Amino acid sequence: MSSALDQIFVHLKGWLLFLIAGAPSWLIQIVSSLINIVAVLAVFLTLFALISVLERKILARMQNRYGPNRVGPFGLFQPIADGIKMLIKEDIVPARADKVVHFLAPVILAAIAILTLGVIPYGRNMTPFTINGGILFFFAVGSVTELAVFMAGWASNNKFSMLGAMRAIAQMFSYELPLIIAVLPVVMVVGSLVPDRIVAAQGGYTLGVVPRWFVFTPWGATAFLLFFVSGLVESNRTPFDVPEGESEIVAGHMTEYSGFKYATFFMAEYLGMFAVSGLAVTMFLGGWRAPLGVLEFVPSYVWFFLKLSALLFVYIWLRATLPRTRVDQMMNLAWKFMLPMAFTCVIAAAVWHYAGRGLRGWLWALLVIVVVYSALSVLLDTRGKFARRIYRFAE
Amino acid sequence: MNSVAFVIIAIFTLAAALAAATLPNLMHAALCLVLALLGLASFFFLLGAEFVGLVLVFIYVGAVAVLIVFTILLTGRDSREHRGFNWSGVVIALAVFGCLTWAILKAQSLTIVPPHIRALTVRQIGQVLMAGYVWPLQCVGVLLTAALIGALVLVLEEKR
Repeated sequence: MSSALDQIFVHLKGWLLFLIAGAPSWLIQIVSSLINIVAVLAVFLTLFALISVLERKILARMQNRYGPNRVGPFGLFQPIADGIKMLIKEDIVPARADKVVHFLAPVILAAIAILTLGVIPYGRNMTPFTINGGILFFFAVGSVTELAVFMAGWASNNKFSMLGAMRAIAQMFSYELPLIIAVLPVVMVVGSLVPDRIVAAQGGYTLGVVPRWFVFTPWGATAFLLFFVSGLVESNRTPFDVPEGESEIVAGHMTEYSGFKYATFFMAEYLGMFAVSGLAVTMFLGGWRAPLGVLEFVPSYVWFFLKLSALLFVYIWLRATLPRTRVDQMMNLAWKFMLPMAFTCVIAAAVWHYAGRGLRGWLWALLVIVVVYSALSVLLDTRGKFARRIYRFAE
Repeated sequence: MNSVAFVIIAIFTLAAALAAATLPNLMHAALCLVLALLGLASFFFLLGAEFVGLVLVFIYVGAVAVLIVFTILLTGRDSREHRGFNWSGVVIALAVFGCLTWAILKAQSLTIVPPHIRALTVRQIGQVLMAGYVWPLQCVGVLLTAALIGALVLVLEEKR
């Protein structure tokens, strides 16, 4: 019963393909891909609508107000109203803008976000597209984002747009490094770039209680935090939304966009957020695996989306809590702290592997990370002297 | 199905390359070059060399294209003014084309039908890089680090 429920979507697809069983193989291949694409789009566009209203509700709760509550029960139909509003708004293209590139930029951004969603395993046998280097595909496609942002900034023919695009590209390039290097230890330990293998490697339980997710090893926990923060930057979310700081450069590269094109940018940002969180779940939080052996009767995709929503909640929580960082602070964090820590994770993972992947390796890896972390924090905070931290503007 | 895909991608890549060479607006030309590179990457995918295709997208589209675009932006040359026919460019292009054609025609793989070779997996590439070619790899790493530090030094000089 439980396995039937677990595989219900896989069976559904098999049944749909059975309907055209007599067709030539290329047609079956195309229909099979189309079913996957439609499923990914349907699930994540619904999730986007849901999260956009939930974000406003949660932010409102954290700021002691009600949030949207007029349209439908609990304001849940708000996204529909928002969508209609966005569609009937005037679509303004600046007179001196490069029309074609101006139009293509949001489309490419959204396409990239959707493509990266395609390689994540959402449940047992539920990876939309299995390719040999899935993790590499994720980052290769994701690296096109910078070009799309540049296109948006350049084609708008506006100073604020261009400056915003420059800021966005600078921060994305800087944080792509820790993002990718934080993934390296997992790839190294599993010995594969295929997301399904990475999830498979995290199966089983230590002592029958603690799941063997990589987040429960010292290097995994560190790499997870680095990955999460870098993901926050990559999706231009609040502590790190410098490219669209309203008080400084209007809306950055989105300044000259209105109506549905602006909505497309918004959607691309959210889909990118889902993709990065989904990859974090896959790499560090055990993917679709249950946290306890007793709970394995719950379908795998339920676990995946529960973990995904937990991460998304943290995104929203941070947005409600933290003020925006300054550009130079952000760059310092990336190059001086996060990059060395990411390399430390690689070394700690190697230590963990060669010390036998048991308790001994666990402690050795912890030692490596603690030593480097404390050395780095002493070096960066007090400029090499072992002294109290200096606060320039506080106290 | 593969040959159909080959023809479609070939037409797409050639059109993009032609546009990259002829468009008057340099920025449009650079963006068309990106399209041509994506076409090349899809050829690698078609041949089963997924790793090479992905790395091509990663490096050329993700990094080199952004570099080209920034260079165009920072040099700020007005490309719209007509500067006459560029004869030296034609000579260089013809020379490169001739060399490539000669090398391709000389290569063995076109004249003999290769036996069915299984595509290299990422794991095999990694093992070869880490075992046989570890010193060349390290040298490239040192070179790139030196370039990075050199760039930083240049920027620091400017600050003083």
